[in-house]
This record gives sequence, structure tokens and C-alpha cells, in this order.
Amino acid sequence: MIGAYFFITMIRYDCFSSIGLEFSTSSSRVGDHTVNYVALKMLFGDRAKYLMLLCGLTFAVMLIVQQGSIFWGLMMWSQASITNLNVPIWVTDPGIAQVDEVKPLADTAVDRVRSVDGVEWAVPLYKGLLRARLATGEYHQITLTGLESATLIGRPAEVLEGRFEDILQPDAVVLDQWAVERMGGPTVVRVGTIFELNDKLARVVAIAKTQKSFTNIPVVYTTYERAMRYVPHERRILSYVLAKHKDGVPVEDVVQRIRTQTGLGAFTQEDFGFKTYMWVLVNTGIGINFGTTILLGFIVGMAIAGQTFYLFTIENLRQFGALKAMGASSFTLSRMILLQAFTVGLTGYGIGIGFATVFGFLTARGGNLPFAETWQLLLLVLVALLAICLVSASVSIIKLARLEPAIVFR
Amino acid sequence: MNDNSQPAAVRARGIVKSFGSGDTQITVLKGIDLDIYLGELLLLVGESGGGKTTLLSAIAGILDINEGNIDVLGVPLSALPANKRTRFRGQTMGFIYQQFNLLPALTAAENVAVPLLIQKVGRAEALRRARVMLNRVGLADRTEFLPKNLSGGQQQRVAIARALVNEPRLLICDEPTAALDGPNGQKIMELLREVGRSPDRCVIVVTHDSRIFHFGDRMANLTDGRIVNIEQISQEGTA
Ligand SMILES: Nc1ncnc2c1ncn2[C@@H]1O[C@H](COP(=O)(O)OP(=O)(O)OP(=O)(O)O)[C@@H](O)[C@H]1O
Ligand SMILES: [Mg+2]
Repeated sequence: MIGAYFFITMIRYDCFSSIGLEFSTSSSRVGDHTVNYVALKMLFGDRAKYLMLLCGLTFAVMLIVQQGSIFWGLMMWSQASITNLNVPIWVTDPGIAQVDEVKPLADTAVDRVRSVDGVEWAVPLYKGLLRARLATGEYHQITLTGLESATLIGRPAEVLEGRFEDILQPDAVVLDQWAVERMGGPTVVRVGTIFELNDKLARVVAIAKTQKSFTNIPVVYTTYERAMRYVPHERRILSYVLAKHKDGVPVEDVVQRIRTQTGLGAFTQEDFGFKTYMWVLVNTGIGINFGTTILLGFIVGMAIAGQTFYLFTIENLRQFGALKAMGASSFTLSRMILLQAFTVGLTGYGIGIGFATVFGFLTARGGNLPFAETWQLLLLVLVALLAICLVSASVSIIKLARLEPAIVFR
Repeated sequence: MNDNSQPAAVRARGIVKSFGSGDTQITVLKGIDLDIYLGELLLLVGESGGGKTTLLSAIAGILDINEGNIDVLGVPLSALPANKRTRFRGQTMGFIYQQFNLLPALTAAENVAVPLLIQKVGRAEALRRARVMLNRVGLADRTEFLPKNLSGGQQQRVAIARALVNEPRLLICDEPTAALDGPNGQKIMELLREVGRSPDRCVIVVTHDSRIFHFGDRMANLTDGRIVNIEQISQEGTA
């Protein structure tokens, strides 16, 4: 898609010239198109000015898309603990605020969820913070994730090294790649490495690939049963019940039924993600800090875009005045200006997105930087940019309507 | 050849125009009465800053006046709403400006074609007629040049071709020969006089250039905001 943008942008000028040629050979073409031709030539004709204009718009779009994507990426990270497990329904304490705040449930919760109509399966999940002690003596805080051993539901989709099933072997654990990174890299931690969790042995049998999480605390996978051995004795260790709705039954209905029948909190994966995401926005500095940066980027970007285009028309005011003196109506001139605005706006949009994407691709490769360029963001930027083009074009149009074409005589 | 029984193409009465307001207000036109007849070339002379360009703008309907009436080809300009006035101007008038006001991004031929394009003439036809007109001003070999690659005089001739291309009935020229050398100036004036001589067209030319005075039929002198004198120019040797 991005390639297409580039392509269209690059061929636009030539394409337009060749269409122009066709116009000139078919004399039946009427004026509407021909004045458009004058408008586009005015736009493209002064290459230097056009490139300046394009640079301004491209920069604005790039700035916004880049900042927005990083923000969105960060927000994706905040949901990583949920999306990494990728199950449709999360059941937990009704008062829960976000995924990392675990409120343990009674063990009976799993059966209670299973008994709800429309539930296909329900399994327990342990999730808790623990300290790992490496052979070097170093301590690291980790998130222990205990999956039900019979199904291993919630296991990562991709395994980088080893076999995930080996987690069923005695003392076996699986790390995610961030754990390897945080705990000292592959020379310190790899398949076969042995470390301690609460003075009990843990042996790495595989490395899995996960989405980086916001807190960047390493994830250690084990089975639910074994998790009970690792954690200090607590009355309740069931953190979540993961469930799936039966095919053909709407997931929202099942969630609602679980709530009413068990009195527990139940959420779809999306809702729980959103809840967590909102919690991060409101309760951490990220919402304010990053939000203001992005808002500023947005305002600055849009101001640049509007300003550049406005200057462009102001510089052309005399030319428009000459056209007006030669009998071009205000309507015709407005159309010309709008055509120019949207042409350069869309071109800048395409190139800007291209650059932002390349940036994102280069920096976020490997998942180390948050960068999520979503279509919603692209659409938002498009709408905003078109609005800015429209506004600055309108300002120019009003100025032009007030313009006394007599300036051309001076 | 111009007796005043011919119909007036332009009839201006009591034109007053001031700029600014309060203490800085200056009244440039202080009550102008002027008739321009079909079939004539009227010269407008006068001191620099005297208001010649201002008067042309008023006649063209691109500058609002404070007082007075202007009829062009029997149509009272002030009675026309702005958009109709614009269309009327596009259909009936042609302009040659003191500054050329060519569109820098368009070739000579495209520049000349602009008034036709505005009148919704198809592009191929507009360009064809533009080239014919460029040929008439001696620029047949420069039709595809951009203005920046033309000399000042050549640019002025492009501007003249543009003013003539839609065969306007009223041709308004602000110092059309200022940028031209003697021979080229003469050539252009011959062209303009030819336009002025057509029975249903007329030309008004502002000029300082005494070498072209003999192309005019009448000469009006604008001094201190008033037409102080209109004289018939003897046409020996040209008629
Ligand atoms: N838009 C304006 N605002 C204020 N003053 C103006 C404006 N247009 C013209 N003037 C003033 O009106 C006067 C007449 O100007 P105009 O351009 O009509 O003179 P001109 O006779 O064409 O002079 P020249 O021969 O030098 O071209 C000048 O004093 C000028 O400063
Ligand atoms: Mg002047």
C-alpha cells in the first residue's frame, strides 16, 4: 500500500502531463477541465515552490503519523499481557482495574465458569510477580505465568528456540525473548540454563516470542500446577479464568451470562485490553506526557501545513487577480485553489506516510520500539489534513473574493 | 473620421475616486467625464501618478468608484452584480497591463489561451487560436517558451496577444509599448490601431511615448484628477 502511495506520487506529474496531451488532442473537452489544467500548472510549474510546499506538508504528516504510531504502539504494549495469551474471555474479580493488578479468585471459580451455558472451555491461569536468582547471583523480577498443563491454553504463538511442550518436563520453564534480553542476553540465559525461583529450580527449555509489554518485566512460563510450587504459600493462587464461548454464541452474551451467574468480573479480550489501556492512560504519566507531545505534534504539523499552503496562495494572489481581471469568476478561482490544495495535500499525505512507515519499519524492527501505524490513525490524519487544506484554501478564497483585481494594473 | 455622432462604447460621467480615509485620504479622480467611441483609438496621457491607471481600472469595472456612472457598451457597470460584471468583463474586454502579469508557469501559447479557457473554449482550440495570435505579434517561434525565457519586449507582446485573443470589443492598454523598442512598438501600435478601426471595437491606450501619438484618433489629457483637454489628432499620411 505504501509502495503504491510512492508510485502514485512519483508518477502524478508525468501522468498529468500525458493526460494533458490527450486533452489537447480531443477538442471536444470543455472549459471545466481546461481551467483545472491552468491551476495544476500553476501548482507544478514553479518546481522549487511546489517542492517547498510539498516538504512542509510531508513533514507535517510524517510528524503526526510517527508520533501517533509510537503512542499507539505504547498503548499496544500496555495490553501485551492480555494479547500475548490471546483468549476470548477473561474472568476475574469484578473490581479489577487492569490486567497486571491481580486479585486472586477461589479455586472453585474455574468450575463455576465451566458450568455457565455457552462456555466451551475454561482453564485456570496463574500470573504473579516473583524474583528469579541467576547462577551469577543476580536477582531479576519476573512475571510467572502458569498455564493449565492439559491444554497449555494461553501459550505464545511463536517459539524461537526449543519446544514449548517441553514445559511439561520436571522443573521446566519457558522464557520470552525479553526475559533473555533483560536477564543478560543469550550468553547468560539460553535453553538449558538453570536458575532459581523462590529457591526452587527452574530449567529453561524454550524461548518464546511475545509482544513486548509496557513494564518490560520478563515473562517466565510454567504450568499452573507447578506455579503453585513456586509461589510462597497463599490461600488463593488462581489469578484468572480463561474461557472461550461456544461457536455460534455471541461472546458478549456469554460474558454477560458469566457475570450474572457467577458474580465474577468477565470481559472479552478487547474490553479487558481497553480497560487496561485506559487505566494506563489515566493513571500513568503516559497519557498526559505523550498525549501533549502528540497533540503538539498534531497542532504544529497542521499549522505548518496550513501556513505553507496559505503562503503559496498569497504569493499567487497577483496571478489569481490577473485571472479575475480576465473574467474568471470567484467560483472558478475557488475551484482552482481547492484543486491545488487537495492535490498537494494528498501528495504530501502519501509521501509523509511513506516516510513515517519507513521510519517505523527501521526503528521498530524487532519490536524494541513501540510503533503501531493503524488505519484509524492514517484515516484521522487524512481527514485532519484535508480539513486543514480546506481551511487554508477557504482563507485564500475569501481573501481572493475581497481582492480588487485592480492590483494587476499596478 | 470620428465624429461624435457615433455610439459611445464607454460613457463615464462624474467619476470620483479616493483612496484611504481621514487625513491620509487622497482624491485621485475628481469628476471625470469621458466618452470613448466605437471605431476609435483613444490615447490617455498625463503626469505620472495622475490617475490614469486608476481610471482604466474603473472603466474595466475592477475598481469600485466613489461617485459617478460608467456605461460600457450600453451596460451600466454599477448595476451589474459582481459575478455578472466579471463575466461581462471576460466577454467584452481585453487588457494590456503596465506590468505584464503573465502566469510564470504557463508557456507563451498557454498564457495567451487563458482568456479563452476562462470562456470555456476547449483547450486544443484555445491553443490553436493563441498560436495564431502569437504569430500576429511576431512570436511564432516562441510559442512554447516560458515567460522567464522571453525578453521584456517579447513578454509584452505575449501579453498583447493575450489581450487580443478573444477579440474584445473594448481593449484597455496601460503603456503597452513601454518595454518595447521603436520598431516593435510601432508594430504593436499598428495592431492596436487596426483593432480600433474595426467599426464595433475601440481601444484606449495610456502612454507617455510621443513616438506613438500619431496612432491615436484622439488624445485625452488627465491632469490633477480631471480631463483637462481632449484633442483630435490629425491623421495625415495614415488614413
Ligand atoms: N490602491 C491604492 N491605494 C492608495 N493609493 C492609490 C492606490 N492606487 C493608486 N493610488 C494612488 O493614486 C494615484 C494615481 O495612481 P495611478 O496608478 O492611477 O497613476 P498613473 O497615472 O497611472 O501613474 P503612472 O503614469 O506612473 O503609471 C497615485 O498617487 C497613487 O499613489
Ligand atoms: Mg499607471
